[in-house]
Amino acid sequence: MTTSNTKLIFEQSRSGRRAFSLLESDVEVFDLTEELPEHLFRKKAAELPEVSELQLMRHYTALANKNFGIETGFYPLGSCTMKYNPKVNEDIARMDGFMHIHPLQDPATVQGALKVMYDLQEDLKQVTGMDDISLQPAAGAQGEWAGLLIFKAYHEKNGEGNQRKTILVPDSAHGTNPASAAVAGYNVVQIKSNEKGTVGVEALKAALGPDTAGLMLTNPNTLGLFEIDIVEIAELVHEAGGLLYYDGANANAILGKSTPGEMGFDVVHLNLHKSFSTPHGGGGPGSGPIGVKKYLSPFLPVPRIEKQKNLYVLNSDYEDTIGRVKGYFGNFGVNVRAYAYIKSMGAEGLQQVSEDAVLNANYLKARLSEYYDTPYKQHCKHEFVLSGLRQKRKGVRTLDIAKRLLDYGFYAPTVYFPLIVEESIMIEPTETEAKETLDEFVEAMIEIAKEVEEDPDLLHDAPLTKSVRRLDEVMAARKPKVIYQD
Amino acid sequence: MAEKEKLYFTNEHEWIEVISEDYVRIGISDYAVEQLGDVVFVELPAVNDTMKKEEGFATVESVKSSSDIYGPVEGTIVKVNDSLEDEPEKLNDAPFSAGWIVEVQVSGQLNTEEWMDAKTYDEFVSE
Repeated sequence: MTTSNTKLIFEQSRSGRRAFSLLESDVEVFDLTEELPEHLFRKKAAELPEVSELQLMRHYTALANKNFGIETGFYPLGSCTMKYNPKVNEDIARMDGFMHIHPLQDPATVQGALKVMYDLQEDLKQVTGMDDISLQPAAGAQGEWAGLLIFKAYHEKNGEGNQRKTILVPDSAHGTNPASAAVAGYNVVQIKSNEKGTVGVEALKAALGPDTAGLMLTNPNTLGLFEIDIVEIAELVHEAGGLLYYDGANANAILGKSTPGEMGFDVVHLNLHKSFSTPHGGGGPGSGPIGVKKYLSPFLPVPRIEKQKNLYVLNSDYEDTIGRVKGYFGNFGVNVRAYAYIKSMGAEGLQQVSEDAVLNANYLKARLSEYYDTPYKQHCKHEFVLSGLRQKRKGVRTLDIAKRLLDYGFYAPTVYFPLIVEESIMIEPTETEAKETLDEFVEAMIEIAKEVEEDPDLLHDAPLTKSVRRLDEVMAARKPKVIYQD
Repeated sequence: MAEKEKLYFTNEHEWIEVISEDYVRIGISDYAVEQLGDVVFVELPAVNDTMKKEEGFATVESVKSSSDIYGPVEGTIVKVNDSLEDEPEKLNDAPFSAGWIVEVQVSGQLNTEEWMDAKTYDEFVSE
């Protein structure tokens, strides 16, 4: 919907107009200029916008109405698991005992909160097949980094810290994997995928060696394909003296079906904000707990939440810990929401989540495969990747298709990722969508495929119906203007 | 200004213009910039930096992705096309001329046989 209210709040400003009125201050005025050095004095009044309360409300309501989220429409952003977040989770996270406590309170006075964290750890052990959990990492990439610090601590403990400097990452990996490895101080070596879109065992064998610290893998991978050789892969990495890291971004496909523990992984992170239904997409907060096998437990971050008789305690008494990776206890409010979700779904419910997510993805893939190229034919898990190559030959790129979808009322899928598929379109419907919504999306994609044939220029201009048309991303990156200009 | 026919190419999509027997100019191919899309930023090395074979010496960032440019020779970087910092679009507009990246004083013997000529390269990328 095009809306005319596009003026900045600064442009609506009129001198002297106010959205508030304060009572006369009954505190004596204090002249700060006597206390502060001169360079800190403000020479010119701050140019704050001056508007009425109604103007203020209309401005921000108009901005809010331009938002698109999972509660506005279908959000098939591959790899992001944009499922519905049940409102009961919000109610629970807002309970007094969770909302009005302070992390520095005496643990004896917050036993309920500690119990939730402890029980969540226990539940995540089951979900991952791991022996111990830390809820501390703030999101997926921080979980990866913390997990790799555990790899490092383990190899150092074994006297192999200087020798094992290489992390192997498949070419289909999430970009965060090589980035986390680099931040953790590792060299990154890429493993080429085979023609089936999975890790090439021969390529892996060739890359493994005495310098291997470990392998990072997402299963199912970013093409939505299950790494069927995972057991052999795990054996090979372990034989070479390396460890396996499970990137849990795609855990929505395996809940109750398999666990990273069973597959042979040593460290795992989960994205609670994806698989366990807490709000995300606005930059956070997320939550990326890590799980480890028993022999890596001594290295977990501290403090750890433990149960001693009937009391929940914080224990930092671990000599080999990698230390603290986040202030206090991670993103507690997010963890409470995930806990509420797990408890309301139950084990059977979580298994149904994965079954429905996989069914929805395969349904979409099957219906779209006539109109778009599907580079990998086998059944997918919770997401799949199309290629816009057929459309590119008509002069329409994947970016144009994604922009056109906005006109049809859908959020665009992930595009140009994974990097190993040309003009890729990565679609993840999640389990919370009705068949009718999936059908509407398919109809829109078919309609767009027709437009590519009949009127490709239309797509170059898309979106046509939104308050903001096609943005010039290139100009924005080459010649950015980062402050307001008249 | 080099003509594409006189250049050599690597399978990592760098081109090499042999200016003398131990001096080359290096850039990235037309195919590479088409795949990258509009280039918005180029991170360049400094003059006198060492170039090592198959190691990244520059990074090219487009709206889609960020890619390392790999050294096709061993040697010392003698000239850097600094103008790319302000005008990265040169890489898209003229990858073989105004969009050159560095010039290198080669250490050791040049072996042009390890690279592809323009015709072989075009066949290579159309596969």
